[in-house]
Amino acid sequence: MENRLFVSSSPHLRENASTRKIMLDVIIALLPAVVAGIWFFGMRAALVIIVTVAAAVLTEYLMRLGLKREQTVSDLSAVVTGLLLALNLPPSIPIWIAIVGSVIAIALIKQLFGGLGQNFMNPALGARVMLVVAWAGRMTTWTDPVTDAVATATPLGALKEGTLQSFSYSELFWGNIAGCIGETSAFAILLGCAWLLARKVITWRIPVFFVGTVALLTWVLGPDGLFTGDPLYHILAGGLMLGAVFMATDYVTNPITRKGRIIFAIGCGVLTSLFRLYGNMPEGVSFAIILMNIVTPLIDRHTVPVSFGGERHVE
Amino acid sequence: MLKIFRGGVNTPHRKNTEESKTLVMDIPSRVIIPMVQHIGAPCTPTVKKGDLVKVGQVIGNSEAYVSAPVHASVSGTVTRVEPMLYASGKQVMSVEIQTDGNQDVDENIQPPVIHSRDDFLKALRNSGLVGLGGAGFPTHVKLNPPKDKSIEYLIINGAECEPYITSDYRELMENAHGVIKGIQLVLDMLGIPKAIIGVEDNKPKAIQLLTEKAAADNRISVKTLHSRYPQGAEKTLIYTVTGRKVPAGGKLPADVGCIVLNVNSVSFIASYIETGMPLIHKRVTVDGPVIKRPQNVLVPIGTSLRDLIDFCGGFQEKPFKILMGGPMMGIAQYSLDTSVIKNTNAILAFDKKEGDLPSESACIRCGRCVDACPMHLIPSDLNRLVMAGKYDELGAYHILDCIECGSCSYVCPAKRYLVQSIRIGKDAVRKNAKKA
Repeated sequence: MENRLFVSSSPHLRENASTRKIMLDVIIALLPAVVAGIWFFGMRAALVIIVTVAAAVLTEYLMRLGLKREQTVSDLSAVVTGLLLALNLPPSIPIWIAIVGSVIAIALIKQLFGGLGQNFMNPALGARVMLVVAWAGRMTTWTDPVTDAVATATPLGALKEGTLQSFSYSELFWGNIAGCIGETSAFAILLGCAWLLARKVITWRIPVFFVGTVALLTWVLGPDGLFTGDPLYHILAGGLMLGAVFMATDYVTNPITRKGRIIFAIGCGVLTSLFRLYGNMPEGVSFAIILMNIVTPLIDRHTVPVSFGGERHVE
Repeated sequence: MLKIFRGGVNTPHRKNTEESKTLVMDIPSRVIIPMVQHIGAPCTPTVKKGDLVKVGQVIGNSEAYVSAPVHASVSGTVTRVEPMLYASGKQVMSVEIQTDGNQDVDENIQPPVIHSRDDFLKALRNSGLVGLGGAGFPTHVKLNPPKDKSIEYLIINGAECEPYITSDYRELMENAHGVIKGIQLVLDMLGIPKAIIGVEDNKPKAIQLLTEKAAADNRISVKTLHSRYPQGAEKTLIYTVTGRKVPAGGKLPADVGCIVLNVNSVSFIASYIETGMPLIHKRVTVDGPVIKRPQNVLVPIGTSLRDLIDFCGGFQEKPFKILMGGPMMGIAQYSLDTSVIKNTNAILAFDKKEGDLPSESACIRCGRCVDACPMHLIPSDLNRLVMAGKYDELGAYHILDCIECGSCSYVCPAKRYLVQSIRIGKDAVRKNAKKA
């Protein structure tokens, strides 16, 4: 017995990568947005973030315990979900609603469908959308980062009301505007994006095709006729940057092939633009991504690549 | 600009033995020579227990076309002719020879007389040569493509993309002349206009040496390849060297006008035509963290792994896993009694740290396996379907195009056993096809 050799099927060498390391990279990439959120919205934002993350992790732990499954808290995916949810909440959100959101994300959307890798929509966005539907008022009460008072409008809200240009590009870029905790600073999100790209956690395709599609459509379908839109405003305002960099790139809920991911990103861009321009709510990034999450299996099925040297498979 | 193929992975090189000049191994006290060392029909032993054999004597042969004879690598007495443990883990008919240490050479050995292409191919068959790079396909069959296929390129595979292995590299460094000579012979005999030697850019000395040696013959060129696994896989090599894609679905390099030979195979052709000595030994890289003296060794075929490793100073500590071949595609051995065969290019010994299995977690659909697959498959989907037993659906995901390079499993952050499950799926699909 002592001298037995170990036998397994090749390969016998694995890259030094792990799910946990990927999640850790996402957490690091989210830190600039977290810092920006706390900077602009104060300790209240910090409280929301801490509680949401803690609730997500606790829910994950209890669900795995209850379902008698192996513990997966250490893969850090629940931390990522908690962070993403918190960054998608208004800073003034009642704490108990934030907790409900974490429970919906982890228990309902993630664990009941089988845990990591099995959920059919992004847990944080799914939870956000449910909260918006359930508590529309609370979810759209915004804080002015300068005065700390209840804000009159978000940049996209202002656009919907027809009071365009009340925000400068520089305000939109740095993020001292009303909005969800993590969505206002394009700068912070770009820093995170650079980290994700450098660490090869994501590729440029989804963010670029998503944002590019929105830019093109909002420019073409402008308020005063064709080609009169303000694409830069649309890029910087609202949740587009956060959604394109962190939510649409969620591995589990987007297609697995390059081509599939491009189709997915363009779909997100088209839906976001349509919701923003013609919907009755100012913002549509969350709904757009979730709808595309749902058609992901369909995209996957129709984008099976041709093998090297092969011809398209005929059914 | 180096042409690159889509997919693949950046494995560590770990060419620790690249400066290790080949040592000729002492003749072991016995050898066990299997009758199957190639793809094709197994040989039947032509000797029986008690027979005296000499170096280079045929001890196994077959009537079948796709097969290659097996020769005695030592002189001595046949002590057993029976199924014995083989590198694949199965029992295979083998001949055991107790060596007498004299290394008497068979009198019949003389350089083959070659007047025609047919003589050449017949000589290659008699030499026992099979693809030395990996699969072990009989060379005389490979060099005799169907008449309607015209061959434009002879491609010499010097990529050696697996970590650790340097046996092809040492051939290039120690016998570049033989490699060029072998190429010229094949070009002349088969009327192929051009030869390209592909070498990965992590072997700059070999590239320089070959470029100098090939300068005199304008039919031969050297192509620097991007170091990326599996650069040396036949289809990816042909693509990076010529831009041609071997069609999926069981087509051969000859279908795109190419023949690929390993560097050791082609230089062996030159030495056989010159001396008539068949394939009886093989250069093997012995390496890995628990080997005392990692080095390249010229090993008589049939030598047990135990004798070979003893020749390299034995183990520094208890080995956990022994591989025949590289870490990406090598076969784990459960016994040191298996023998070095014709296409063995490395014996690696790992400790627990290097050889242990990672535990698998859920697929997060990151798509790294999809990006890594040089055949453009979706390993994660294949894995899911195989694990669910949905073998009927595997065809639509082109499972049979998998070349089992292992890039998918290598990159998987969830440490899933992707290629391992795909092998099971391929087996099931083939069995189903047979039934139908």
